[in-house]
Amino acid sequence: MLNLLWAAMIAIGIIYAALTGNMAAVSDGILSSAKEAVSLCITMLGVMALWTGLMEIATKSGLVAGCTKKIAPFMRWLFPGINVESDAMQYMTTNVIANMFGLGWAATPAGLKAMEALRNQDETGLAKKGVATDAMCTFLVMNISCLQLIPVNMIAYRSQYGSANPTGIIVPALIANLINTVIAIAFCKIVCSIRKGRCRG
Amino acid sequence: MDFLVATSTYIIPLVIFFIVGYGVLNKTDVYDVFVEGAKDGMKTVWNIAPTLIGLMVAVGVLRTSGFLDFLGGLLAPVTEGIGFPSELVPLTLVKMFSSSAATGLLLDVFKEFGTDSYVGLIASIMLSCTETIFYTMSIYFLTAKITKTRWTLPGALVATLAGVITSVIIVNIF
Repeated sequence: MLNLLWAAMIAIGIIYAALTGNMAAVSDGILSSAKEAVSLCITMLGVMALWTGLMEIATKSGLVAGCTKKIAPFMRWLFPGINVESDAMQYMTTNVIANMFGLGWAATPAGLKAMEALRNQDETGLAKKGVATDAMCTFLVMNISCLQLIPVNMIAYRSQYGSANPTGIIVPALIANLINTVIAIAFCKIVCSIRKGRCRG
Repeated sequence: MDFLVATSTYIIPLVIFFIVGYGVLNKTDVYDVFVEGAKDGMKTVWNIAPTLIGLMVAVGVLRTSGFLDFLGGLLAPVTEGIGFPSELVPLTLVKMFSSSAATGLLLDVFKEFGTDSYVGLIASIMLSCTETIFYTMSIYFLTAKITKTRWTLPGALVATLAGVITSVIIVNIF
């Protein structure tokens, strides 16, 4: 995906510049962009290290595990066909919590394991034939609506680019995030109830 | 927006206070653990640095060639009719495919318009509440060997559209 996108961006830019005579600007732009990427990384080093350090405390002190327990009733409601004790449910819960705390590197492995577990424990036999189950669809839509408590990267970018208040977007982003997550869940529940009878697992 | 911004400034200090406090109460060696975790964060940034350099150069080429302005001008009549800034159309579309490419475009928006401008605020909120639909779907379904994805894509698009619309509304209201 990115291979194509990256090549297209460069090709379109350079061809367009050749047609419009902007080549000198492009030449400068290339070098200054590369330099800028490095100074951005320096800002991000600070913010990211701070955040992952805090999250390590949250993990080791049992805070993350506590939150995982707290959302169990919600997960049960969201995935009525999945056993609470099953591997799939454990992985899905870990994935949701990791996403909420902005632990991307912990979220993806758990999410992928959840998908495998969902496939293996599907009783209808459809998943084995390559058809997504209701639980898989709901899980992915949830994952894509991505309820994140604090957009750490965004704060780092904003502070690097001279925002007067880099953290000012936390609450607005949280509200937007809540609304789109609620809409996503409503969508899943509606589709599931329309296909009632097949809404298992 | 002012009230939300003011509330937001409390969040980071409170979160840090809460996490460190919780750690101390549960007898965690908070500082040692913090340092250990911070190393991971540095590794993460170190690993994404090449990606960022590559993509920021590509976006730099697009920007300086004038192509992004050309595209924005082309789309302006359509998007302005519905109250969506045309400068953010490329960003919204790219975000569905690649998070890092979207970051490149976002930083370009920050540079052109400022982080706290109307466009900058919408972009900040929008990118914080949307996900890379196609990338996520492809790796997750590939893992589970699923080819018929049923209503996942419509659901994902509904969630993303809701996020984009809400971002615009929030910035307009507050």
